[in-house]
Amino acid sequence: MIENTRLQTSYNFGFIDESTKKEIRRKLLKAVAIPGYQVPYSSPEMPIARGWGTGGLHVTLSLIQKQDLLKVIDQGSDASVNACSIRQFVQRMTGCEVTTDTAAATLIQTRHRIPEEILTEKQILVFQVPQPEVLRPVERLENRTRQMHAEADYARMWVSLYESFVRYGSLMRGAGYPVKVNGRYLMSPSPIPRWDVPNLSHAKCLYLFGAGREKRIYAVPPHTLVEPLEFEDVRFRVEDWGGLNCSYSGQGDAFLDEIYDAAGVRKFVVNDSNFLDKLRTGEPRPPQRLFRESQ
Amino acid sequence: MNDWLLRVRNLTKIYGEPDGGTIDRTGPRASTNICSQTGAIVACADISFDLYPGEVLGVVGESGSGKSTLVQLLYFDQEATAGEVLLQAVEEGNANLLTLSGQRKRYLRNHLLGMVYQNPRDGLNLNFSAGGNIAEKLIMAGQMHVGKMRERSLHLLAQTEVPTQRMDQTPRTFSGGMQQRVQISKAIANNPPLLFLDEVTSGLDVSVQAKVLDMIRQLQADLGISMIVVSHDLGVIRMLTDRTIVLKHGRIVETGLTDQILQDPQHPYTQLLVSSLL
Repeated sequence: MIENTRLQTSYNFGFIDESTKKEIRRKLLKAVAIPGYQVPYSSPEMPIARGWGTGGLHVTLSLIQKQDLLKVIDQGSDASVNACSIRQFVQRMTGCEVTTDTAAATLIQTRHRIPEEILTEKQILVFQVPQPEVLRPVERLENRTRQMHAEADYARMWVSLYESFVRYGSLMRGAGYPVKVNGRYLMSPSPIPRWDVPNLSHAKCLYLFGAGREKRIYAVPPHTLVEPLEFEDVRFRVEDWGGLNCSYSGQGDAFLDEIYDAAGVRKFVVNDSNFLDKLRTGEPRPPQRLFRESQ
Repeated sequence: MNDWLLRVRNLTKIYGEPDGGTIDRTGPRASTNICSQTGAIVACADISFDLYPGEVLGVVGESGSGKSTLVQLLYFDQEATAGEVLLQAVEEGNANLLTLSGQRKRYLRNHLLGMVYQNPRDGLNLNFSAGGNIAEKLIMAGQMHVGKMRERSLHLLAQTEVPTQRMDQTPRTFSGGMQQRVQISKAIANNPPLLFLDEVTSGLDVSVQAKVLDMIRQLQADLGISMIVVSHDLGVIRMLTDRTIVLKHGRIVETGLTDQILQDPQHPYTQLLVSSLL
């Protein structure tokens, strides 16, 4: 009778094997050394499909340590299915503590938002990126876009902004507004709203971007200049709610969601769930970086 | 004498894998541009000429004689196999442009050169508006002011007689002649000292041809741009150019003043070309 021997009784700390982690960390170092440059990496198999946050998971799992406090958000919310599954998975694979408190977390994985609360030098923000190639909308061939990056040939992206201005009267791009990092590489900030874009520049924390399906990692190191593309006479603008406040907290100056309640009444609500919770406790408002005055 | 603008020496483009005898086995004397031993195709070989400021140089020859390859090499669309291209504006004419980095080449292309292709689809991005296409060229040369770009585009389109109210439409919806004029606007957007025109009027009907030619002549007179005009049509060559190069099987077979070549052709091939002109 064949005995069913279980060769492996548990997973490695952080699911990914140590040599692959090492490879990912090495690529992360390269990404930090060349701000905004897309570094190809192995993108190993994960128990979730590529394109569902694997890039973020690779970065998170190769960085996480036993003492880390993890927070996972999906479009500002700690409670969405994607955020919950990823948080539980990392917790099971590492035994690390998790939190929803932005200020307390040391490692934050996010999808499509930067938390409203100011991040510090002790924190790392990991983005899940669906499409790392910022030039893809204007050039479909990978070898061409790589050459364009190599030669800093970004005219076509500028023309597409010119076109959007001519057609719609403003630089229309709801999410993933193209930015120039450290005066050199054009970068997709992942589909964060324009509201979050100024937050990338000269931040205290480290921003890491993982695109699992496209097998690319890139980074914005702390205190790095990140400029949204804008013309001399047509400037970049963040979203403007025209003085509207959040229906739950009564406060403004945060990225607002437009929602309809059960009665069909339109409401605006602060998108960042942890930030909203803190606003509703009535305690002093958590510190934020706001950029509205520059317009 | 350093009064030339562009100097081309022994410019050669060979497709395939040539051996030492390929150049000798091709050309007008061999009456082919395909090497009998290696199968390599000699698109053009040993092309040498000077272009002077404000001069319009014609390049004639039958199809396949290497005319278009020649201007594409000069505009860096293709990489040359051998040869030297010097531009007076670049390091006082001491730098071979063909060996510069891709970035430098693109800089020269955007600041000093302009190209009008036979097919507007090659020179224009039909997903962008007419104004956007011109803006692209301006942006490439460092213009970052939308208002000024639009002003310049309007001026150029008016100059080339494209209805300015159609500036924000894509050239896809334009007629062939209008597309060609948008392409010319784009090519001259940065006031380049040197412009390449590759069969600009082929495929246009005769009255439109005449208009486009008139316009090019007007621009040349107003702006004093040097031009290289490629055409198989001797009418175009006669109307636009001062001096002409005749190409056959990738070689220069005759060169001289346009009038002289048309009145008194020396090479048998040129004689054939001129006599077949109705």
